[in-house]
Amino acid sequence: MRAFSYERAASPAAAAKAVAERPGARFIAGGTNLLDLMKLGIETPTHLVDVNRIGLDAIAPTSDGGLRIGALVRNADLAADPRIRRDYGVLARALLAGASGQLRNRATTAGNLLQRTRCPYFYETAMPCNKRRPGSGCAALEGFSRSNAVLGASDACIATHPSDMAVAMRALDARVETVSPDGSSRTVPIADLHRLPGDEPAQETVLQQGELITAVALPPPIQGLHLYRKVRERASYAFATVSLAAVLVRGRDGQVETGRFAFGGLAHKPWRVEAAEREVARGPAAVSDLVLAGARTTSHNAFKPTLARRLLAAAMAEAAKE
Amino acid sequence: MAPKDIDRRTILKSCGVLAMSVAAVGQPGRAEAQVQVAPQLGPPSIATRLTVNGQEVAFDLDARTTLLDVLREHLDLTGTKKGCDQGQCGACTVHVNGRRVNSCLTLAAMHDGDTVTTIEGLASPSGLHPLQRAFIERDGFQCGYCTPGQIMAAAAMLEEARRGAPSHATADLTAVLSLTDAEISERMSGNICRCAAYPNIVAAIRDAAEGGAA
Repeated sequence: MRAFSYERAASPAAAAKAVAERPGARFIAGGTNLLDLMKLGIETPTHLVDVNRIGLDAIAPTSDGGLRIGALVRNADLAADPRIRRDYGVLARALLAGASGQLRNRATTAGNLLQRTRCPYFYETAMPCNKRRPGSGCAALEGFSRSNAVLGASDACIATHPSDMAVAMRALDARVETVSPDGSSRTVPIADLHRLPGDEPAQETVLQQGELITAVALPPPIQGLHLYRKVRERASYAFATVSLAAVLVRGRDGQVETGRFAFGGLAHKPWRVEAAEREVARGPAAVSDLVLAGARTTSHNAFKPTLARRLLAAAMAEAAKE
Repeated sequence: MAPKDIDRRTILKSCGVLAMSVAAVGQPGRAEAQVQVAPQLGPPSIATRLTVNGQEVAFDLDARTTLLDVLREHLDLTGTKKGCDQGQCGACTVHVNGRRVNSCLTLAAMHDGDTVTTIEGLASPSGLHPLQRAFIERDGFQCGYCTPGQIMAAAAMLEEARRGAPSHATADLTAVLSLTDAEISERMSGNICRCAAYPNIVAAIRDAAEGGAA
């Protein structure tokens, strides 16, 4: 691991300022992704600002009937919270489908959103990767691309975002709250937090250097069937090949009347197409056609659109029979 | 030092440079260990205090030092294993403030003031921990390398289950939890066993759970 200096921040504002003051500085919270990448020489921060002792670790009701999740609430605690289990089942399910018990005890809400891709070429420092070394090229385009993106990708990058939690939060229309080094705060809809790779795949979010996520706010609960379906290479402790977070509400006739569908494993960010959800009365194929419009596959991941279609159809069938 | 006292670890230690200092009231686990104070090289050191297996220890550490390396290299608590060193195998599992974590994926400096329990601190003075006994009775290992991590993970997992925390294998997120074998397997998926002693590990954990252990 490259040498770095280290400090313990005393408050969110102090942490934001400390990271903004040094171009090579990074926040560290759970560290389960960052330290792994530092050991491999993929991340090389010159200064770490430890935010583990600045509070932001509570889950509290909001005035509109939702919940505000502190940035440092650990994934295990969020998944086990009785309010999350009762009212936001899709989020509890997504969290529990990710990582291991040990990792969920450390991984934080904000850190989960900001985790880096698991593209094999991002991890292989001997290979080109525009995300790791801008301008070096993308080895995945002609390489082993089974895990890579089929939607929203570019010629510069076909990486996917690995989070399960973020997919459920996208289905729930969560809002990400931040504090900036100048002390100002803002709210970013989760749909806008992650960028598509375009020609700058190293720029993964809209956050500025030193801008610290302080909380994720969930809107009031949506009654209905909450599902998280994750297809992966082994039964537990593996990243999604394709995953689906769905919240489905049935009408009087027993058919799905409204549905929200957010996919993981397909793109550089959780993939949700609200326009497709308005076609839910026409059945799963019509919805999938719109969700997957413009999909571009490689020879290794050509199965992904079909898998996504089947996940969506299965979710709607399950809702109808409930 | 008599020849019989020279082991692999002593040789490795005398060859390596330990740029650290330790002020410990006593050595947790290994009474004979004397940690040498070497001149500080490289980046500035970080003052960190931990309570490890009931004993307070204070360090000045290179910021890069993981919790795992403090336990193994600086405190000689080598029961905690370094398998993959990237959070995939679970061999390094310890308890921090009662919760299981991968000690390889966290910096020691991030745990100032925290309480750490390793496999050396799990048993009581009167004998083995019920999970340790169950692993022996059920033959829950072959080579044994993953076993300390398995047992530490299992001990914390049983406490999580007792609190009613759900898992990916839980059918109803709001119902009272029943710790089936499928639940045990899912909750232990962060611990890899290359000898594939999984059926016996599940049986050992089930025995300990039914005996009210951990």
